Amino acid sequence: MATSKRTAGKPENHGAAQVKKAKASPFKRPLWELRLYVAGMTPTSIRAFENLKRLCEEHMHGAYKIQVVDLLERPMLARGDQIIAVPTLVRRLPTPVKKIIGDLSNTERVLVGLDLRPAGGWR
Amino acid sequence: MPARAAQKKKTSLSSDLSSRLLEKVPTGIRGLDQVTHGGFPKGRTALVCGGPGTGKTLLGLEFLVRGALLYNEPGVCIAMEETAQELVTNMASLGYDLPALVRQKKLAIDYVHIERKQIEETGEYDLEGLFIRLRAAIEQVKAKRVLLDTIELLFLGLKNDGIVRAELRRLFHWLKDAGVTAVVTAEMGDRTLTRYGLEEYVADCVLVLDHRVNEQISTRRLRVVKYRGSSHGTNEYPFLLDDQGISVVPITSLGLNHTASTERISSGVPSLDAMLGKKGFFRGSSILITGTAGTGKSSFAAAFAGAACARGERALYFAYEESPSQILRNMSSVGQNLEKWIDRRLLRIHATRPTAAGLESHLATVYNEIQEFKPTVVIIDPITNLVAVGDLHAVKAMLTRLIDFLKLKHTTAMFTNLVFGSGVMEETAVGISSLMDAWVVLGDVSQGEAERMRTLSLLKSRGMSHDTRMHRFTLSDKGIEIHGNK
Repeated sequence: MATSKRTAGKPENHGAAQVKKAKASPFKRPLWELRLYVAGMTPTSIRAFENLKRLCEEHMHGAYKIQVVDLLERPMLARGDQIIAVPTLVRRLPTPVKKIIGDLSNTERVLVGLDLRPAGGWR
Repeated sequence: MPARAAQKKKTSLSSDLSSRLLEKVPTGIRGLDQVTHGGFPKGRTALVCGGPGTGKTLLGLEFLVRGALLYNEPGVCIAMEETAQELVTNMASLGYDLPALVRQKKLAIDYVHIERKQIEETGEYDLEGLFIRLRAAIEQVKAKRVLLDTIELLFLGLKNDGIVRAELRRLFHWLKDAGVTAVVTAEMGDRTLTRYGLEEYVADCVLVLDHRVNEQISTRRLRVVKYRGSSHGTNEYPFLLDDQGISVVPITSLGLNHTASTERISSGVPSLDAMLGKKGFFRGSSILITGTAGTGKSSFAAAFAGAACARGERALYFAYEESPSQILRNMSSVGQNLEKWIDRRLLRIHATRPTAAGLESHLATVYNEIQEFKPTVVIIDPITNLVAVGDLHAVKAMLTRLIDFLKLKHTTAMFTNLVFGSGVMEETAVGISSLMDAWVVLGDVSQGEAERMRTLSLLKSRGMSHDTRMHRFTLSDKGIEIHGNK
């Protein structure tokens, strides 16, 4: 699955997918590579994306990139990351891979899931 | 226009009627279609449950593989328990080449893995991801059959039971709408059919698989618990897992509605034929030969098999005491050259130890061999040893089923049975003799100090006049010779 390895620098074409590029950073910072799997732009998936964006800005400002994969457009990508539920957030980097399913409305749980406790540890 | 509307109405009515009749898809699994009277319900979901190691996954996979190979119906396997590689290895042992089917686009396997430890749940979600994968796999091969093995693992992988249940309900509805025939496997529960109550969602057709061990001998059984809108066999049917996959033995006591043949066939011993109204046994009858040790039961059996081969018919010899080469050697000493019949593929000797399997498994093996080899004569030598693996009642039940099956096929069967001591009728012999049409009793009588004399008498021979006297017979390199019946 070559597409899953695509870097953020290339123009993405994931249907309804939206891509946030990592901001160029003068310092070497750990890069967070997150992928949000959704199935269509449903209220739940929009809510999940907004929750995620807010959380990333707060806790890993400037050191993250989010790739949204719409499985309705690219169904074969579901296999690679073993997605069964949507929305699913996959933390691809830093390793190990972590998965958080749901609309990410419980910020505390998301932070635990991403190993971001205590909050703001990276800043 | 009104005419057209009327016609339209008519066709929709008739299609309405035909849609009410339950359509079935053949599974292609040997014997299962007979038990289910045609297969699984088309476009619906069948549930296969059973304890661990009962063959649920194999049954499901064979449903897919046979569908792809025999009925040109591609299949999708959503495997949640075993990886695709493990499935390939398991099925290779049954002679199925899954990778080839995948290459030919007749099969798609998607291994769905849920690691609960990796997953955090926050807020609302649904299982659309699973649906998308299933849909993609179905589209990829244009599948008509789907196996979900074992969908219950969703309950282990995800914390929110409520969501899983709601999504499963949606999944089964979705499968119905997609028009695929699906098989769902589930683990047996303590008080319910399945651990998570899947039978609540899938209630059209439920099979239960079972694996019992009785006195160290195992027997697999299958039962159709429920089949909505269809008749089905209700018994427990034994099934086998061998190098050709699953085979269910659909024979139960078939009743007594077979037609009796008036054709006579030679016993292979001319002087015995002479006792049997000068013509021999009826074709399709069952013959019992009992005798104490060393009275020549196997020799009569071999002569009977040899005679069938000499007529150009096929004979199948089940040996539960001796190996094929031992039989060949011993029989050549009494003038029976069986080897040439084996070379000409008219005779097949199937030798196993009775204790190698349970009675039901033996019955299944016998059934499979008969189906494949299509003999006109079957020999079971001896049935005594089968008593060692089951009680008399079970042996009698098995023989009844076997004899009914053979009679339907007009196959003549000869059973030998060892009895102990002389004069006293063995319980076994009496118990099964009522199933037999002809009964030959062999024995020996001491004659003076040095010599034993072999004796033969026809205790019964239904439907023909026969010689009821006791005769002396000898075994020599010229064969069996019965004296004094000229």
